[in-house]
Amino acid sequence: MFEFMQQSLDSAAQRAPAWLQDWLRDGRDRWEASTMPTRKTENWKYTSVQALREHFAPAAAGARLLRESDIDLPQLVGSRQVFINGHHSARLSDSELPDGVSLVRFGEASTAQAAHIRQYLGSAAGEAGTLFTALNDASLAEGVFVEIAAGHRVAQPLHLVWLTTNQGEAFSVNQRLLVLCGSDSSCAVVEQFAGVRDANKAFTNGVSELLLARGATLEHYRLHQEEGSDLHVGGVYARLAEQSTFNSFHLGLGSELKRIDVVVEHCGQGAHSEVNGVYLPRGSEHIDYHTCIEHRVPDCTSSETFRGIIADEARAVFNGRIHIHRDAQKTRAELSNKNLLTSTRAEVNTKPELEIYADDVQCAHGATVAQLNENALHYLRTRGVSRTEAQSMLSFGFINEVIDTVRNAALRDYLRAMLARRFARDPALTRPTA
Amino acid sequence: MLKIDNLHASVEGQDILNGLSLSVKPGEVHAIMGPNGSGKSTLGHVLAGRPGYTVTAGTVEFLGQDLLALDTEERARLGLFLAFQYPVEIPGVSNMEFMKAAVDAMRTQRGEEPLDAVSFMKLARETSKAVDLDPGFLKRGVNEGFSGGEKKRNELMQMMLLQPRLAIMDETDSGLDIDALQVVARGVNAMRSAQRSFVLVTHYQRLLNYIEPDHVHVLAGGRIARSGDKSLALELEAKGYAWLENEVA
Repeated sequence: MFEFMQQSLDSAAQRAPAWLQDWLRDGRDRWEASTMPTRKTENWKYTSVQALREHFAPAAAGARLLRESDIDLPQLVGSRQVFINGHHSARLSDSELPDGVSLVRFGEASTAQAAHIRQYLGSAAGEAGTLFTALNDASLAEGVFVEIAAGHRVAQPLHLVWLTTNQGEAFSVNQRLLVLCGSDSSCAVVEQFAGVRDANKAFTNGVSELLLARGATLEHYRLHQEEGSDLHVGGVYARLAEQSTFNSFHLGLGSELKRIDVVVEHCGQGAHSEVNGVYLPRGSEHIDYHTCIEHRVPDCTSSETFRGIIADEARAVFNGRIHIHRDAQKTRAELSNKNLLTSTRAEVNTKPELEIYADDVQCAHGATVAQLNENALHYLRTRGVSRTEAQSMLSFGFINEVIDTVRNAALRDYLRAMLARRFARDPALTRPTA
Repeated sequence: MLKIDNLHASVEGQDILNGLSLSVKPGEVHAIMGPNGSGKSTLGHVLAGRPGYTVTAGTVEFLGQDLLALDTEERARLGLFLAFQYPVEIPGVSNMEFMKAAVDAMRTQRGEEPLDAVSFMKLARETSKAVDLDPGFLKRGVNEGFSGGEKKRNELMQMMLLQPRLAIMDETDSGLDIDALQVVARGVNAMRSAQRSFVLVTHYQRLLNYIEPDHVHVLAGGRIARSGDKSLALELEAKGYAWLENEVA
């Protein structure tokens, strides 16, 4: 039943460096021992993986963008690394890295670097991962290892871009990122995924592991801008040591199938996480965010806000799990998920899922599904604004509030402008609270 | 300008307006006073076409058109403006964006090009100063976290930007301190012209010390119980509403 990836797995095994071969074999064993989820699998109840049931060729090297104007990337002052169909593009990437940041591609790792990577690889995604993490392990020919040196405060963001373009047939991309934030370091990492319009169907299986050492701060962005027939099944796995701070922002434009797992493990006392996101499926698109906030130790805080606008006949799934372990006293955890349905045929399945085994905790959660506020709509119309324009203004406003939480100003402007265009708003006028 | 004839309206099945008639000519300022529950605010909402407010009988003609046949936004584009007693907060939509959309809608109606963003921002900043509102409020969400007085000034600013033919001000004076009241009065007085009319809905005579009305009406039981000139407002202030309600009953 896993034939759809057979060729890609074989190809990965040929390309992978020697030091990863056992890793791939182990991943493949786990993958082949798995069963594909069905509607009866609790974690996949509302998301069908039927779209994967076709042949995906391995992503070929040497793919080029036909027109660079096809991609609209934020101009961040920092270092950018671009991958096309999973392969690094030296031409589109910066050669310099910010001071305190090292980046190693798995295929080019020295023996010492390989040993260093192996020490950390899988430490966040290993236990928490799904069968698709096993698939990612089994396909791991190329990955990126980023390390922020202890004590370094890196002002410029590291921008990692994964683009998919034409290959002549449906193909698969395996994306893997491992970030190690040294103690008391701080930095920003932007992960961006986008497809070129009218390209072949691409199935990206992405896994990012983010490890925060004591006192580290990571500002993380994961932007899924793949649209159309593109598929993405993957996840982000973060582990937080004591006194570390993890801020994570997610954007999910819809496509044929998107399933993103976000797992944040508070493993050291005094760790704090903030995870925010917006998802915007339309047409017949499908998007599924499964988030899981693990509180394993006392005195940690977490806050999570996701908002979705579901249009046309699109479907969204949001499952927000908070798991407070027995010893995690004095935990404060908040979760909010709000959804706006702009069509009677749109659908969302939202479920907060709380498992609390400690008795001295504060935990607040809420999920809503609504249509546009009639009072606000009326108020806008009393000023001459048409119903249609008022609707798009309010829809944009609904997500604009979450965009306000984006810390990086250049990225915030980029996202606001992109989303404003999507809702036919003028970005120059939609700036938030100064 | 505005001709209301025998208007009956209900909200959630309850009759609120019971045969209200009122005629407003260009350039006139009318004050509508009355006790709580007399239908003052309902009148404004019915004229603005608020959902849930059902007209059961009567007609309203505005600038020669059948107002009740028009959508809310069409009424606004024709020149009807309602300053809300309780302006709606809309987080995420900036005040600037909101006002530009409104001004553009009016300009389009008049066959003019929309203003470019820079010209509009300049205009909006000037107008915000005229109503004594910090231009910083333009960047905030519409009415989001504004105090009562700031919301009222924001309504006034919209009125100045939209330059309506008829402005209905629903208890714009309530909850305002004397300084804010004077700002509102200055704004209205500056906009008074032979072509523009105002309907001031108010509970108190106080506002009328600053904006002199041509006509004063007292609303009771959903219809106009008495009309007069500005001296009627003073009489009400002295006697309260009870004597009128008794008269109507």
